[in-house]
Amino acid sequence: MIWLIDLLLLLFLIVCALEATRNKDLLSVVIIFSSYSLVMAIIWQQLNAPDIAITEAAVGAGITTMLFVAAISKTSRWEE
Amino acid sequence: MTEDIIVKTTARLMTPFIQMFGLYIILHGHLTPGGGFQGGAVIGASMILLAVVYGLEEGEKRMSHDLSTVLESSTIVYVLIGFIGIAAGVNFLASGAAGIPLGRPGDLLSGGMILALNIVIGFKVASTGKTLFYTLAKEDEG
Repeated sequence: MIWLIDLLLLLFLIVCALEATRNKDLLSVVIIFSSYSLVMAIIWQQLNAPDIAITEAAVGAGITTMLFVAAISKTSRWEE
Repeated sequence: MTEDIIVKTTARLMTPFIQMFGLYIILHGHLTPGGGFQGGAVIGASMILLAVVYGLEEGEKRMSHDLSTVLESSTIVYVLIGFIGIAAGVNFLASGAAGIPLGRPGDLLSGGMILALNIVIGFKVASTGKTLFYTLAKEDEG
């Protein structure tokens, strides 16, 4: 039954990636990208790569999200 | 900086546990998944959390830029540890060939110089993540 959860996570990943390219609100894109990284961390764990999962959760969902938010606060929120 | 009491209380309560988890990942780098980079990234994320919730000035008070500079410079310790291998007559950073024990599973202090290298890398990555965010988020000075 675990393959069903994996399939759901992968589908969520694809939806997140498509929405991140389509959305014009860059702050929403950053939050979507953060959830993408969190689900990707779970998938790394399912692929038996726990150290990559720790890196993805800390760097992908934590540090780069705040870096993107800081960059957006310096520039414009909406994509033209 | 936020005025929300839920965010403030959660950040204040969670930060010690996040930093303890990061230290655990660093110190057990040679036994369990993780290592210097992963644990350092976790500690750096906790510092960024404090800076986001309590403001950049408060975060600067907790860990000043001078302390970050010292931690970044501590990478020289990594190079000096690497020269142990050359002093023993083998390659740079060589551990097993230089006669240093490679460690036993479950024994924290048996890893030879891998534990020291992980600690140095952990401090380096933590202060790098914190400095990256501060440099980007600080107000421009002219």
